[in-house]
Amino acid sequence: MATEAHEAAAGSSAGMPQLDISTWGNQIFWLLVALVVIYFVLSRVALPRIGAVLAERSGTITNDLAAAEELKQKAVAAEKAYNDALAKARIEAAKIVAQAKAEIQTDLDAATARADVEISAKTAESEARIAEIRANAMESVTEVAKDTALELVSFLGGQADAETISAAVSARLKG
Amino acid sequence: MTDVAAEAETGFAIHPMDQFIVSRWFCHDDAATVINECTANIKWYEITNVTVWIALTVLAIIALMVFGSRGRAIIPSRIQSVGEMLYGFIYKMVEDVTGHEGVKYFPYVMTLFLFILFANLLGLIPMSFTTTSHVAVTVTLALLVFLGVTILGLVKNGIGFLGMFWVSSAPLPLRPVLAIIEVISYFVRPVSHSIRLAGNLMAGHAVMKVFAGFASMAVISPVAVGAVTAIYGLELLVAVVQAYVFTILTCVYLKDAVGGAHH
Repeated sequence: MATEAHEAAAGSSAGMPQLDISTWGNQIFWLLVALVVIYFVLSRVALPRIGAVLAERSGTITNDLAAAEELKQKAVAAEKAYNDALAKARIEAAKIVAQAKAEIQTDLDAATARADVEISAKTAESEARIAEIRANAMESVTEVAKDTALELVSFLGGQADAETISAAVSARLKG
Repeated sequence: MTDVAAEAETGFAIHPMDQFIVSRWFCHDDAATVINECTANIKWYEITNVTVWIALTVLAIIALMVFGSRGRAIIPSRIQSVGEMLYGFIYKMVEDVTGHEGVKYFPYVMTLFLFILFANLLGLIPMSFTTTSHVAVTVTLALLVFLGVTILGLVKNGIGFLGMFWVSSAPLPLRPVLAIIEVISYFVRPVSHSIRLAGNLMAGHAVMKVFAGFASMAVISPVAVGAVTAIYGLELLVAVVQAYVFTILTCVYLKDAVGGAHH
């Protein structure tokens, strides 16, 4: 096979390029140059810069968290103040309502008392009127009875004077 | 040259290792499959495909970490948040594994992680060159960690650094045996550290190349294309996971140096 022939030929002429010592000097030289360059670039420029950025970021985050915590505390305090104010306002309102109720009650009591007095006055007046009306009525009845009795007596042919009849009617009404 | 002609006749040839050949960048040779003028006698300072892809890796890292973060935004842009995520991920890893003492070596660990991650990911671009699939690169990376940790440990803890080989929690007769095992495992570290990375990348890329080669056979090409797609997804995972593994092992080794004697 051609492949085998090549393997044999290459094996004798090249083999593993890694083991060709003649190129080692070149590789090692350029590797050392590269490592020195990388080391100085990293240690002088890149790593301090990235380290500073990371430190700054963590500082910023810490500050922001502290600020957030502070704001949260403020919010809690504000809520508490609001609730306190609300509770105080409720108590105040209840007090005002009670006061208003008391005032109204006083007014009501005063009005009731005044009304009671008026009512009793009116009642007394009415009773006096009724008594008067009753007295008048009695008088009228007596007069009518005397007149009627006088008429009856004279119609029946009796002779009677007014005094006698009125005395008799009065006595009868009293009895 | 004869076998190249033979392949041209059959139309079927797989060169899974050719993708790893180091060659000069400004050099064109039609028969660039075996050693030729482009690959012979490369000097250490010459611009090669390794140089180019290492440079692209560096540029990608700068683009992400420097230009991505230039807004310095509190609310990051997408690219800035990617850079920040990588930063946070590696920073946390270093802090968790090595403790507070190890944080000052974070830039070095970050350098390793970003280099390996971007080299692995750029290597997945078709026709690219995977620098981290080369043992030369990974051995250098691993040796830097090994020597760095050993020297750091000796400087910081003095001779007490050797106390980590003397397992004081074990029974006394066992301690010399354990000490030998500990010493061997300590010196094997750079080997496993480097071969793991290079081996994973090389194997994955070679397998992809093999399946891609099979795609030229009409009968099995649907299967081969499907397999390449599946393995590409797997390699994407391997690229990230190997960068992570290399980095966390670096942190574990670093802990021995900065964290005092281990248990």
